[in-house]
Amino acid sequence: MTDQLNSFTLILAETDPARPWTWTFVGLTFALYLYIGWRSRVRETAGFYVAGQGVPAIANGAATAADWMSAASFISMAGLISFSGSDGSVYLMGWTGGYVLLALLLAPYLRKFGHYTVPDFIGARYYSETARVVAAICAIFVSLTYVAGQMKGVGVVFSRFLEVDLTFGVIIGMAIVGFFAVLGGMKGITWTQVAQYAVLIIAFLIPAAAISNELTGSWMPQSAFVTSEIPQKLDQVLIDLGNEVGYTTPFGKFSQLNVFLITAALMFGTAGLPHVIVRFYTVKDVRAARYSAVWAILFIAILYTTAPALGMFARYNLIQTLDQSRIEKLTIDFTDAEKSDLEFSFPDQRDAAVEAVASAKEADGDSDPSYSLVYDLVSAEGKPLDWATRWQRTGLLAFDDFSGDGTISLKLTDHDGNPETPATSENLKIDRDIIVLSTPEVAGLPPWVIALVAAGGLAAALSTAAGLLLVISSSLAHDLYVRYLAPDASEARKVNIGRRAIIVGILVAGYFGINPPGFVGEVVAFAFGLAAASFFPAIFLGIFSTRINRAGAVTGMIVGLSFTFTYITMCTADKVLPMLFDKPYLTPEDWWFGISPQGIGTIGMLLNFVVTIAVSSVTSPPPQEVVDLVYSVRNPHNSGEAQEH
Amino acid sequence: MPDKPVPPGERTTENIYWLKNIRLVSILLAIWFVAGFVLSIFFIDVLNGIKIGNVGLGFWMAQQGSIYIFVVLVLVYALLMDRIDRSAEGADD
Repeated sequence: MTDQLNSFTLILAETDPARPWTWTFVGLTFALYLYIGWRSRVRETAGFYVAGQGVPAIANGAATAADWMSAASFISMAGLISFSGSDGSVYLMGWTGGYVLLALLLAPYLRKFGHYTVPDFIGARYYSETARVVAAICAIFVSLTYVAGQMKGVGVVFSRFLEVDLTFGVIIGMAIVGFFAVLGGMKGITWTQVAQYAVLIIAFLIPAAAISNELTGSWMPQSAFVTSEIPQKLDQVLIDLGNEVGYTTPFGKFSQLNVFLITAALMFGTAGLPHVIVRFYTVKDVRAARYSAVWAILFIAILYTTAPALGMFARYNLIQTLDQSRIEKLTIDFTDAEKSDLEFSFPDQRDAAVEAVASAKEADGDSDPSYSLVYDLVSAEGKPLDWATRWQRTGLLAFDDFSGDGTISLKLTDHDGNPETPATSENLKIDRDIIVLSTPEVAGLPPWVIALVAAGGLAAALSTAAGLLLVISSSLAHDLYVRYLAPDASEARKVNIGRRAIIVGILVAGYFGINPPGFVGEVVAFAFGLAAASFFPAIFLGIFSTRINRAGAVTGMIVGLSFTFTYITMCTADKVLPMLFDKPYLTPEDWWFGISPQGIGTIGMLLNFVVTIAVSSVTSPPPQEVVDLVYSVRNPHNSGEAQEH
Repeated sequence: MPDKPVPPGERTTENIYWLKNIRLVSILLAIWFVAGFVLSIFFIDVLNGIKIGNVGLGFWMAQQGSIYIFVVLVLVYALLMDRIDRSAEGADD
C-alpha cells in the first residue's frame, strides 16, 4: 500500500493558502512530540523496552492504536475500500478482528509472562535458543520492511505538502523519531504515540464528518452509511456505467474463498505482529492488559467505521460530479520543457484541440507519453470544478483518450479485469489516495483542514515507525546481542546498546525509505502472512497447551514460514526478484485452488498447527519447569513480580 | 486440547479458574466467528436480502456491524474476567 504514496505531486503549488497552516501544524505537533520525548527520557532497560510497565490502560490503548494505524491506513485505506466495494470488508474485519484474538488469546498471558519481547517468550516456552533466534530474525524482517514504508510516507508528506526534497523529508522524519526513541525508548514512544493518536484521529474525522454532512446532511458518517440513499444510488450508477456488479454486491473483487482466507490471514497476522504484541508488555498488570485491549480496539474502530462511509461517499461524489461534466478549457501539458503548453477553450476551439491531441499522440509513437491533458471542468449543474484541475496536475487524477465531444463520460468501455487497478473506466484514472487527500477540497473546507490532514498523515507514519524501530532494536540488542555477546553487561550499558540498535534501525529504514526496494509494496502480504504462519500458532499453543514441545513448535514454524514465504514469492516473483523474473512465476490463473497470495498465510498457519501438534504428540513432553511456566502464565496473580530475568 | 490440569482432574482453585476462562473465551470466539465469517462472508448474500435503512444487512455487517461486535466482545471479556478473578480470590481465602 505504501507505494501508493509516491504519486501525488505539487499539491502545494495549487493549494498555496494551506502552506502557512501546514508549516504551523507540523511545527507545533513536532514540538509537542519532542517535548514529550525529552520529558520521558529513561535510564534503565525496563523503561527502555517496556516503559517501566507502568503505562495506564487507556494511554496504552491510544498508543497501540497509533502504533497500529500507519501512513498507509491513514491515507490509503479509505480509498482502497472505496475501490473494492463490498469486498473492502477484508481489510476492515481483518485489521480489527485480529484484536479480538490478541485480547482474548495472547495479550493477558504475555503480560503475565512479563519479559520484554516475543522472542523472549518463544525462547523460554520452547526451551530453545534456535527458536528464539528464528523468532528474532522474523521480527526484524517483518518490522524492517514495514518501517521502510513509513519512512517513505514521512518523506512523501513532507515533499508534497511542504515542497521540500523527499530525501530531506525522510531525514527530518528520521531525526524526529530518533530523538524520542533513542532518548525515551518505549516510554518516550508510548507517550508520543498517545499525542499522535489524538492528532491523527482529529485529522481523519473532521474532513470525513464534513463531507458526510455535505452529501447526506448528517455529521455522523456511520449513521449516514445506513440512512442516506447513496448506497442504492452508487450501485445504480456503477451498473449504468457498465460495471458487472454494484458497490454493495459482494465478491466482485475477490472470490468468496479469497475473502475468507484474506480476512483470516489479516486477523491472525495482526494478532501475531511483534510491534503490536509488545505494547501489552508496557502496562501494570494482566487486568490492565485486558482493558488496554478494550481501549485499543475502540480507538481503532473509530477510524475503521468512518473509513468505509467516507470511501463510499467520496466514490459516489467523484463519479456524480465528474460524469457528464463539460470541458471548459483543455491544456496540453508537455513534459519537454522546450515545448510550450497549448491551451484551447471550449467549445470554440474544439476542432483545433482534437487535431493537436492527435498530433501529440502521433509524435509519441510507442514511447512513453510526452504530454498530459489537463481539463478545466464545469459540472453538469454548472459548478466550476477547480479541485479536479488541481488533482490532474498531481497525476493522481487523469482523463485519457480524448474523444473531442466536449464532455467527460465515465462509461466503462474496456474492462481489463485487473482488480488491483483502481480505474473505473478507460477514460478516468483515479488514484485511491485521492479519496482521503481530496476530501477537504471537494467538501469545500478551509485551508487549515488540508494542513491538518498533512499533520495527521505524519503522526500516523511517525508513530508506527517508532513502534517498529523499538521492535528492531529489542530484537537486535536484547534478543541477540546482549544475550549472546554481552550477557554480563550493566543496566546502563544494556540501554546504551539498545539506543545504538535503534540508530542502526533508523539508518537502515531511512536508506530504504529513500531507495525503496521493489518489494516494499508487497510487504503487507509478507508481513501478515508470515506473522500468521509463524508467531500466532507458536504463541497460542504455547499458552493453551502444556503438551506442545520444542520439536513440534520449531518444525511447525519452519514449515508454516517456508510454505507461506515460497508461495508469496512465487506469486510476486516479478516484484520481489525483478532481476530474475519479468512476470510472476504463478499468475492469477495458476494460483493453487485460486488462492490469492494475500490469503495464503491462513493455509500456512493451518499447516503450522497440524505439524506442531503431530510432531509434539510423537515426541517427549516438555520438561517440568516449562509446564510450570505455562501454569504461571495462566494465573493472573502477582504479575507485577513476574518480570525477573 | 491435549491439556492435563495438575494434578489431573482435581478441582483445585487454579483448575476451576482456568476452565471458567476457557469457557468464556470459547463462547466469545464463537460469536467472533459467527459475526466475522458466517454472517459477513459465508451468508452475506442471504443477509443482503434483509435491508436495514438503505443497505443490505450482510454488507452492513461486513463493513460496520462486525467491528462494533468485536469492540463489545473485547469489553465483555475484560469485564467478565474481572468477575472470574474476584471469585478465584474469594475461593483462596
